[in-house]
Amino acid sequence: MSTPKRIFVKGNEAISRGALAAGMKCFFGYPITPQNDIPEFLSSALVEAGGEFVQAESEVAAANMLMGAAACGIRAMTSSSSPGMSLKQEAISYMAGSEIPGVIVNVSRGGPGLGDIGPSQGDYFQAVKGGGHGDYKLLVLAPGTVQEAYDLTMKAFDLAFKYRNPVLVLADAIIGQMKEPVVPRVPENRDPEEGQDWGLQGAKGRDPRLIKSLFLDDGALADQNLKLQAKYKAMQAEVDQELFLTEDAELIVVAFGSIGRIAKSTIRKLRAQGHKVGLVRPITLFPFPSEVLLDLAKQGKRFLTIEHNMGQMVEDVRLAIRTVADSAFHAQLPGNLPTPDDFEEPILKALEG
Amino acid sequence: MTQEIRVTNYPEVLTDRPTHYCPGCHHGTAHRLVAEAITDLGLVDNTILIGSIGCSVFIYNYLTLDAIESPHGRAPAVATGVKRARPDKIVFTYQGDGDLASIGMAEIMHCANRGENITTIFVNNTVYGMTGGQMAPTTLVGQKTTTCPGGRCRENEGMPIRMTEIIASLGGVAFAERVAVNNVKNIMKAKKAVAKAFEYQTKEIGFSFVEILATCPTNWRMTPLQANKRIETEMIPYFPLGNYKDVLAKEEK
Amino acid sequence: MSIYQDAIIAGFGGQGVMLIGNLLAYAGMDAGLNVTYIPVYGPEMRGGTANCTVVVSDDVIGSPIIRSPVSLIIMNGPSLDKFQSRLQDGGTLILNSSLIDPAKTEKDRVKVYAVPVNEIADGLGNTRMANMVAIGAYVQATGVLPVKQVQDSLTSVISEHYSHMIPKNAAAIQAGADYVIANGRYV
Repeated sequence: MSTPKRIFVKGNEAISRGALAAGMKCFFGYPITPQNDIPEFLSSALVEAGGEFVQAESEVAAANMLMGAAACGIRAMTSSSSPGMSLKQEAISYMAGSEIPGVIVNVSRGGPGLGDIGPSQGDYFQAVKGGGHGDYKLLVLAPGTVQEAYDLTMKAFDLAFKYRNPVLVLADAIIGQMKEPVVPRVPENRDPEEGQDWGLQGAKGRDPRLIKSLFLDDGALADQNLKLQAKYKAMQAEVDQELFLTEDAELIVVAFGSIGRIAKSTIRKLRAQGHKVGLVRPITLFPFPSEVLLDLAKQGKRFLTIEHNMGQMVEDVRLAIRTVADSAFHAQLPGNLPTPDDFEEPILKALEG
Repeated sequence: MTQEIRVTNYPEVLTDRPTHYCPGCHHGTAHRLVAEAITDLGLVDNTILIGSIGCSVFIYNYLTLDAIESPHGRAPAVATGVKRARPDKIVFTYQGDGDLASIGMAEIMHCANRGENITTIFVNNTVYGMTGGQMAPTTLVGQKTTTCPGGRCRENEGMPIRMTEIIASLGGVAFAERVAVNNVKNIMKAKKAVAKAFEYQTKEIGFSFVEILATCPTNWRMTPLQANKRIETEMIPYFPLGNYKDVLAKEEK
Repeated sequence: MSIYQDAIIAGFGGQGVMLIGNLLAYAGMDAGLNVTYIPVYGPEMRGGTANCTVVVSDDVIGSPIIRSPVSLIIMNGPSLDKFQSRLQDGGTLILNSSLIDPAKTEKDRVKVYAVPVNEIADGLGNTRMANMVAIGAYVQATGVLPVKQVQDSLTSVISEHYSHMIPKNAAAIQAGADYVIANGRYV
């Protein structure tokens, strides 16, 4: 049997390697736990690969550097963790408004405020509702394994350029810090002209290009918003989720990222005891797999949303199934490390209805 | 019937369009100096403009360059990203005093200190112009603005910040000079400084910085002539003109 | 038959618990299995104690974090206090009996292997290999992987600079396994 060579790496390193495999040329970072392995790894690996690494003076600056580099039509990335993500929101809004395809990684931790450095999913709203000002959306990808951290980071670049929109990889401290075997991918043949038809490069022999988000002329901002909304609608084609034992399930657990995989362990155990439980793990958080959930709801299944926060994604679950069903909710409290045992009781309770 | 006679030509990169700046504002002159430098050095095809927030946000309407608009104060960070992505291009920021010396202080300091091979044109008119004349970090002591109606008070608001002196003290800086454009003599000096700043960027020897003392007659509640005079009588005494750093000049000595 | 083993490995900082956690995970991966490894990190690491969790399975691994593990490798007293009650009934406890009195273990509830890892490592010429003795004992006691597989994976966790240490570490792993064979469970 020829198994492809696997490397054994942390999620943070997998994200870094995925970005390199995707052809990232510039990275802008700032230290914050638990994502430090990313700038540390890239400070040498990216430079060795001929790219540019900058440790910025702040997360604010790092995100703005990303904006500048990505506006040149090249593949660029920044990474941070929750408190740092708050600072990046300014540039993210500008990037969305001026249609710049940067990749942003959030290895999230507990909040609000300084919170802790443990895992948390408390940044769900910030990620999927547009964390900065104005009407905009990011494509949000939520890896549940270290392999997915690698693969989805690669994919983030493709999607960013496909839609000319910032893409967020939302991991957490569990995915960032755990190690798993990863099969490195060979990048697909990319369009060598990617970004050349709109990126900043000096206006030689053509009209100048202007990348901006200010629209003061009559109707111009309305037009821009309509254009953006059309793009967000088109992004629905990218929806992705993992379904686990949903077919005969009476209860569907909805959980994303690390919590999704931990819930899977609980579900396996309860299945062995004869309980009919299944899992929907959204892999894209925006676009959200609303239709998949609605289909399951129409089959008469019940729902339990489990999150490592006080209840955020559950609002989107309820919105998706509102015409036929509701979802119970279990909060894995931020600050507490989740284990499969924690979910047994809530799932059994939800099964009872 | 009057006849219009053109006595001078536009630099290639400057557009021929009505200005949105107020009468007597120095932004137009500053734009032209930048346009002349880029044209004279043959950099038109190769230059990327990093705009900022303030009255000069529309600079891209006047210069036919590839351009990007930055969040308030972040132009040096955006410029860093652009330059790292396109190291073979000429990259410059054009920023006002509120943008650069207040909200963007961290970005300009670190960009300069890293010695990014970019040029910053800093237009200091001692007020927030676009938002209606509020106190800026460079507002002079005693100067009345809409947010210090009794005049800037040292005890409460501190002293105006002298940016060129600070920038010149940073390791990554190749060139830092303060100029004015209130009369022909000063304009000629300013033209040389701006040209040198771009020329130094082509030599890839570090960050180059030109502070231009400028008028804001509207928010100063002055006529253009009075405003021009104020540059001489109030601003230059506090913000002395001259070169504060020139790494090549030093080597020649 | 499906393979599943998880273990929490805990001790003082400096006892090399992260290293043998990595070694076990690499050995599992090299054997073609799925593995996860998750360390504690950040301020917790600076408190002087360290632990990591390793899961080895031939199936897709759900949770990398385990509250009630199947196995424990306990290198110091505080770690026994912290983790023993979480060990599953009938689970396997590898105990560093050089530092901890085996009488403190719940030997009737769980399978205890009391291994004087420091003394055994001393006998091989380097106390610092106590961690290798412990992982050898663990692999022998649980049968999760062949001892040789773990020895072969030493090249993945010991840098080339220290590659001359590999034979000694392999011997320490063997010594741990041999001790379990010779002495069996603590009863």
